[in-house]
Amino acid sequence: MASYTVTHQKARAFYDTYERKAELQNQTHYCPGCGHGIVSKLLAQAIDELGVQDRTVLISPVGCSVFGYYYFDVGNVQVAHGRAPAVATAVKRSRPESIVIGYQGDGDLAAIGTAEIIHAANRGEPITVIFVNNGIYGMTGGQMAPTTLLGRKTATSPLGRDAMNEGFPLHVCEMLNSLEAPVYIERVALGNNKQIMHAAKVVKRAVENQVKGLGFSFVEVLSPCPTIWKMQPVEAQRFVRDEMAAVFGLCNFRDRTKEAQARPARAASPALEDLPRLLDLGNGSGEDAVAACPPQELDLRIKVAGFGGQGVLMLGEVLAEAGLDAGYEVSWLPSYGPEMRSGTSNCHVRLANHAIDSPLVSRPNVLLALNEPSLRKFLPAVEEGGLVLYNGSEIPGDCVRSDLRMVALPFTQLADELGATKVGNIVMLGALLEATGILEQGRVVGALKRLVHPRFFELDLAALARGRGEFRESASDDYLWGV
Amino acid sequence: MAIIGKPDRGSVEMNAEECKGCGLCLEACPPKVLHLAEGLNRYGYHPAIYAGVGCTGCGICFFVCPEPGGIRVFRLDAVAAA
Ligand SMILES: Cc1ncc(C[n+]2csc(CCOP(=O)(O)OP(=O)(O)O)c2C)c(N)n1
Ligand code: SF4
Ligand code: SF4
Ligand code: SF4
Ligand SMILES: [Mg+2]
Repeated sequence: MASYTVTHQKARAFYDTYERKAELQNQTHYCPGCGHGIVSKLLAQAIDELGVQDRTVLISPVGCSVFGYYYFDVGNVQVAHGRAPAVATAVKRSRPESIVIGYQGDGDLAAIGTAEIIHAANRGEPITVIFVNNGIYGMTGGQMAPTTLLGRKTATSPLGRDAMNEGFPLHVCEMLNSLEAPVYIERVALGNNKQIMHAAKVVKRAVENQVKGLGFSFVEVLSPCPTIWKMQPVEAQRFVRDEMAAVFGLCNFRDRTKEAQARPARAASPALEDLPRLLDLGNGSGEDAVAACPPQELDLRIKVAGFGGQGVLMLGEVLAEAGLDAGYEVSWLPSYGPEMRSGTSNCHVRLANHAIDSPLVSRPNVLLALNEPSLRKFLPAVEEGGLVLYNGSEIPGDCVRSDLRMVALPFTQLADELGATKVGNIVMLGALLEATGILEQGRVVGALKRLVHPRFFELDLAALARGRGEFRESASDDYLWGV
Repeated sequence: MAIIGKPDRGSVEMNAEECKGCGLCLEACPPKVLHLAEGLNRYGYHPAIYAGVGCTGCGICFFVCPEPGGIRVFRLDAVAAA
């Protein structure tokens, strides 16, 4: 009796059954004759043959192949539309031993994700990318893709794609081939047996390159979408072979695998405690060391506002920097208007002893208003019980709010007396520190030392002291409190 | 697995649970030994079937089939010298 041995069967890289509804556990969700099924099969086969199932991470896109994780028994990440190359980069860099395979459709890779793939390729990320070009947005029901052939009618090119209106089909391999870094670029097709058998080899090569530690490998697969093309599977296969391949030439564009050196392992990131030294931050003395934990309960939401040139952003930066050193969670968010000169300028600063949810300060409990328009603009938003420091000799009558602590001091004038209008912001900072007692003097001095030009350092110290002094004095007067 | 004469060089096992009746394997098979069944599988497709004669074990149908486990291919073992 003749005996037979299995030569081809379901790859081990596939699950035996899929975690779908009970009656569908043996069925992929692809339409009959869909090219994604074939590409998946070739990929699973390659993973099996290379013995890398246990360290493969498949990055699935948005598109018909979104459910890669139902089928592939490997590590899986399903990512936002077009972002597979970015996520693949992250996975590969953080786990260099893993085999990272980005799988993307043409809407995903060549429309919304065009920038990602170009930059990943340009960086030569040592990943494998399988690009399934079916010339259409399959999943969403047949909108034109950048790769749609000229003349093809789609939901969004109902009169047929016209180069004058929708541009020409995008040739992704050719574009990537203009870059220095990629190691391997090839376009294959699923148009007949021969093409499919060749595609199997190329997909395997592209994964193998990564196993060998070589650079960026890219395979474009011209692939049928019988459903949206409204063709029988066999007819769709013919369309791939005769029509698509005529426009997208089948070719190995690049094979530098012989010259390519296995990439050296990425140098480990520097230890956190070495960063200040490496980045030349602080002098490394104990005095400058970042406090391990915040000294007090705090949730300051500070809005600093004024004219451009008044040092609004710098004031905020010094506060945030000093707060950081003191062990607080901080954020500093400059808010630029379209007018960079002579316009208004403001920034949002938060200092807290807990995680900061948003750097945006829409309900400040401290308003530092360097001019009247800023006072008027942001005053209504200040929380009850909050503190307002205003750059002027008195709070305009119609701006007085009895539920706030409001202090007016002519900060600019005080700075002028010190000989430099521009340190008005630091005089105001001095007043704020005196008013709240939030930060030790040493922290603020340390921050100033790092952030301001050495030429102004002494002046800023004087400004700080002046602000503190003026505040103390005026605090004994009644007119301050808005009473 | 021819019953009489020389055994076929190959054989296939078609999986009606996965098959979607797309017909790609029929088209691809060089000796044209695959067909679609008259009846439907439980998903409503006419699954591909092998009548049991004429397969060469070339494996082509396996690769063109979009279903992961749609087809299993076997090859005749070399006959051990008697
Ligand atoms: C940010 C975002 N924009 C749009 C969509 C809608 N959307 C889902 S799939 C898809 C196109 C997929 O086309 P393609 O990448 O060619 O995959 P195919 O289905 O053809 O394989 C779009 C636009 C989305 N999910 N997310
Ligand atoms: S719509 Fe097209 S690409 Fe999507 S599963 Fe169906 S045949 Fe495949
Ligand atoms: S293995 Fe070859 S001969 Fe046998 S059924 Fe498949 S395609 Fe036909
Ligand atoms: S190619 Fe696969 S799914 Fe299509 S008819 Fe043949 S066995 Fe069925
Ligand atoms: Mg597509």
